[in-house]
Amino acid sequence: MRRRRSENILETIKMIDEECLDIRTVTMGISLLDCADTDIDRACQKIYDKLTSRAKDLVRVTADISREYGIPIINSRISVTPIALLQSVSGGDCVKYAKVLDKAGKDLGVNFIGGYSALVQKGMTEGDRQLIESIPQALAETDIVCSSVNIGSTKAGINMDAVKEMGRIVRECAERTKDRNCFGAAKLVVFCNAVEDNPFMAGAFHGVSEPDCVINVGVSGPGVVRQAVMDAGKDASMNEIAEVIKRTAFKVTRMGQLVGIEASRRLNVPFGIVDLSLAPTPAVGDSVARILEEIGLECCGGPGTTACLAMLNDAVKKGGVMASSSVGGLSGAFIPVSEDAGMIEAAEKGILTLEKLEAMTAVCSVGLDMIIIPGDTSAETISAIIADEAAIGMINQKTTACRLIPAIGREAGDTLEFGGLLGYGPIMPVKQGNADVMVKRGGRIPSPINSLKN
Amino acid sequence: MRAVISVVGKDRPGILAYVATNCANRNINIVDVTQKVLQDLFTMIMIVEMPEDLDSFHRMQEEIEALGEPQGLKIHVMHDDIFNAMHTV
Repeated sequence: MRRRRSENILETIKMIDEECLDIRTVTMGISLLDCADTDIDRACQKIYDKLTSRAKDLVRVTADISREYGIPIINSRISVTPIALLQSVSGGDCVKYAKVLDKAGKDLGVNFIGGYSALVQKGMTEGDRQLIESIPQALAETDIVCSSVNIGSTKAGINMDAVKEMGRIVRECAERTKDRNCFGAAKLVVFCNAVEDNPFMAGAFHGVSEPDCVINVGVSGPGVVRQAVMDAGKDASMNEIAEVIKRTAFKVTRMGQLVGIEASRRLNVPFGIVDLSLAPTPAVGDSVARILEEIGLECCGGPGTTACLAMLNDAVKKGGVMASSSVGGLSGAFIPVSEDAGMIEAAEKGILTLEKLEAMTAVCSVGLDMIIIPGDTSAETISAIIADEAAIGMINQKTTACRLIPAIGREAGDTLEFGGLLGYGPIMPVKQGNADVMVKRGGRIPSPINSLKN
Repeated sequence: MRAVISVVGKDRPGILAYVATNCANRNINIVDVTQKVLQDLFTMIMIVEMPEDLDSFHRMQEEIEALGEPQGLKIHVMHDDIFNAMHTV
């Protein structure tokens, strides 16, 4: 018994020291509904006051927990009510909201603040329209504000008018920040079936059905899973590998649950969910692609990738579900290209392509994430890619997303460097053949038959 | 609070005494110790009682972890709950 315990302790320490196990983010969701005001300046002041009072201890408490438990907690973040709702009340220059979020976030010491968002899957209000129009300027003139727009859902179908707009907006975000590696576009996510309690950026926002304030935790741990798969050996069958992944996901999630409960107790804020995602970073050994390769692929993106990813994603969920009182968010495997050393390498080799990534998004937790595309990709083509991705989400009743970065002034084969957790990546070619007529049709793709469940 | 001190490094005489003395100097009570040497690698796990007060805990944690470097040892001080959470259902 005692020996067992020593082994467990050493295993945990090895996971943290050598396999990049960490809590990726403790995200405080804060409702701003009570800050709505017909005067935008008054609304901004209320927002600043509420954020800086609600989250004043967030960074200190997460740092304390990180030290005491010896678990690296990489980020403290804030998500807020979709700002379009406040814009609908106030009107005026929407960028003011972005600036006050940026200032409050910086004053608090968090590294991102999400929720410059609109939910327009079925249609747009004037506030939604104004917010979407302001996104390029807002992201260019702020540093830590993240934006997301939900343009489709299984229940509502796909709002093709919004899809058309978002192609243009994504391009404009990149153009306005072209002297900074088109960074603006890296802070914008276009969703289908967005979730309201996602703690991960850039897509986090605090949904309207959430409580006033809540703590959500996002765990990570691709390196740990890869090591466990490696230890299982090359002779283990796929179901044995699935078991190993499940057991590992359980341990990782328990750690997230512990941190979430402790943070919630110390901040006196209810605990929301653990998002048990495998979120890679560009660091060596922290890659989802490397897990897939460890399962038995020569290179991520080749034949067999989708099957391995499907198994991985499912096993992570199964392992995590029992470990936490409340699992939510996106919960699965993330496949952001520029944030994952293995994905970057596979894309550079030309084995991982946009089309293969699209297939992979049908079986993993999110979508086309952090993909750098040539600068001359038209707004209509970006809209068409968004529509394809949204269709996968809509039909499969899952979240899908697009975070595409048009590298203005550059072509396929070049690279773009963001630095930090966002990494760098090769510019991936986009298939020729325009979809201009389809995109310009606008309107809506009706919700699918499988949404009619009542 | 109950904490775990883990020590890993190249084996040589006196590691246990070195860490234990430093614990005693700070009035940290050792509840349990296991150690083993595999090839040349020394591994020790100590379960200890540390102050409940967070400031004192943080200070002692920092001091004890800093003891490792000059001796070529890796020392971690972590709250005990993390291991219970991760390894028990």
